[in-house]
Amino acid sequence: MADTETTGAEIVVRCLQAEGVEYVFGYPGGAVLNIYDEIYKQKRFKHVLVRHEQAAVHAADAYARSTGRVGVALVTSGPGATNAVTGIATAYMDSIPLVVLTGQVPTAAIGMDAFQEVDTVGISRPCVKHNFLVKDVRELATTIKKAFYIAATGRPGPVVVDIPKDVTQHTCAFEYPADIRMRSYNPTFKGHAGQIKRAVQMLLEAKRPMIYTGGGVILGDAAEQVIELTRLLGYPVTNTLMGLGGYPAPDPLFLGMLGMHGTFEANMAMQHCDVLLAVGARFDDRVIGNPKHFAKEARRIVHIDVDPSSISKRVKVDVPIVGDVAHVLDEIIRQLKAGSERPDQAALKAWWAQIELWRSQDCLKYDRSSEVIKPQYVIEKLYEVTGGEAYVTSDVGQHQMWAAQYYPFSKPRRWINSGGLGTMGVGLPYAMGVQLAFPDAMVACVTGEGSIQMNIQELSTCQQENLPIKIILLNNRYLGMVRQWQEFFYEERYAESYVDALPDFAKLAEAYGHVGMTIEKPQDVEPALRDAFGKYRDRLVFLNFVTDPRENVYPMIPAGKGLSEMILV
Amino acid sequence: MRHIISLLMENESGALSRVAGLFSARGYNIESLTVAPTEDPTLSRMTIVTRGSDDVIEQITKQLNKLVDVVKVQDLTDGGHIERELMLVKVRATGEYREEMKRMSDIFRGRIIDVTDKTYTIELTGTVSKLNAFLGALEPDAILEAVRTGASGIGRGERVMKV
Repeated sequence: MADTETTGAEIVVRCLQAEGVEYVFGYPGGAVLNIYDEIYKQKRFKHVLVRHEQAAVHAADAYARSTGRVGVALVTSGPGATNAVTGIATAYMDSIPLVVLTGQVPTAAIGMDAFQEVDTVGISRPCVKHNFLVKDVRELATTIKKAFYIAATGRPGPVVVDIPKDVTQHTCAFEYPADIRMRSYNPTFKGHAGQIKRAVQMLLEAKRPMIYTGGGVILGDAAEQVIELTRLLGYPVTNTLMGLGGYPAPDPLFLGMLGMHGTFEANMAMQHCDVLLAVGARFDDRVIGNPKHFAKEARRIVHIDVDPSSISKRVKVDVPIVGDVAHVLDEIIRQLKAGSERPDQAALKAWWAQIELWRSQDCLKYDRSSEVIKPQYVIEKLYEVTGGEAYVTSDVGQHQMWAAQYYPFSKPRRWINSGGLGTMGVGLPYAMGVQLAFPDAMVACVTGEGSIQMNIQELSTCQQENLPIKIILLNNRYLGMVRQWQEFFYEERYAESYVDALPDFAKLAEAYGHVGMTIEKPQDVEPALRDAFGKYRDRLVFLNFVTDPRENVYPMIPAGKGLSEMILV
Repeated sequence: MRHIISLLMENESGALSRVAGLFSARGYNIESLTVAPTEDPTLSRMTIVTRGSDDVIEQITKQLNKLVDVVKVQDLTDGGHIERELMLVKVRATGEYREEMKRMSDIFRGRIIDVTDKTYTIELTGTVSKLNAFLGALEPDAILEAVRTGASGIGRGERVMKV
């Protein structure tokens, strides 16, 4: 039913309501004042005022990662939009569905170097799934509908809708389209039947099988299928950094994360398998290292992905299957169950014996008798205290890898981090997005003293919104990953990797109205965590753990090396 | 290997920059790129001439297909196809050049479309290599200005690319 004469600003708000949006993360400014005026008048969704536009996009991104729904951010023109770009690029690299609404100067002023004007569509183009500049209020509703549709379907991604100020003032009849069809955009959903049949055959012929799943399994809600298939076949399984939680980590079939800081057993099994099933993963440089080294061992590869351009990009595959991962896996499981053929048990037994030998290397061991706090120990205790049930967000660096290695995720969408772009500063805004989506859940932000300072102003937003996030700062007084590379590859020349003049983080947290703690001894780690999640469960607690500055992340595959060329502790 | 790729895309502002941006961002070559609306004004047809290994060309076509505005992509090199490029060349037409240029234009089936006392402007259509050959056949001194459109391509026979 079409209404008469609705302003563009009201159309924006009514579109968001029609999409069932729960939260809009944003920051007002001149070009979006009309939209904010309409937000003020409504109660259907909540606006969360951040302290920097980058954080708005990160929070919307984490809301999307943890719920599976489209995240929404709203920023003004010019600097509002440029501040949002890092958030947009972060979401783009990890295929996160977002709609980012940006204000723009009035259409007549576009190109005039107007105040707070920037070519948002041009600047964001390389890091969005798609973007729009809406020049006519009559196209506004359809464009927003398209934005949500494009963001959420196929390989998800961020979509920017740039709205000039005059368009928010102009009026037209409002009607939100019930659905949308685009001749230029039709993502493949169903996998090719013949290819699926070949995949089933290949899986059954395997002597040394391996299942490798990535972020696509999380995004495509296919963890259930991965579990069923893996257990049906009894094959070993590994997850990428983005895929953690896609298979329950405590399960014996799980070999841990693979890649640059993956486990010895996962990387060795990946390198030496004869049939590899890759699901929603993209063989990126941090995962398989050098593709030439990877190709040294002959193996046949089945690759399932919703994005055809992810297939045969870095590694040639034998059976490409383009489609929705859950749907394709369902079909593979159905055919396996319907057939009478079963995997070669003798070969599988021998393969598992080899894997157990690799596993006995115990590649994640570390010094447990240390007098200083080991970062790994903090993560292990975090796991214990939260019973493995927390949502864990992280920033980027050593602490990110330790969180990935020492917090065994059992469920998808619990591990929220920037894998592709590797954006320092995401951790706290990510925790905000998750905590708002799940107010009663335990949310821990594992961070470093470098990363946390990149968006520390959001402690203020957390205070305003009463978000009881637990910040787990592994404070080693170094940009740890940089320091590690300098130790290994630059003869210990620690150029600018020491973070001098750090604030007293506990006092800083208190200044923002939160609870701050500084923990310096291993025996104080667990009690502090218990207080944070117990006594202070309703408060934001900033736990500043003073950790061993010399600790490194092991195993490590140096950049450009192959999967079997790991540096072990 | 040289490939000639045809695509149909929504005739929206910024569509060209999406394609050009894709090529520069991913480090693909563009030898030439032509674009104009088709008989259906909502669609633009683009012809891109590029070079790359089979793997690179496969990625290029996949990445082009992934652009939300792109409706159809076809690698014309995969089958019989025809390609043509238009060139306008302004040449010196004084002294001995006056006859010589007329003769060269005739040999290459060009047309002189503008004349002054000192210059001819020659219109020439053909494959990229024919246009190259023409420029190569002229004395460098004689060429005052040359402008080329880049190749446009279409499938041979009944092969049709349409929405």
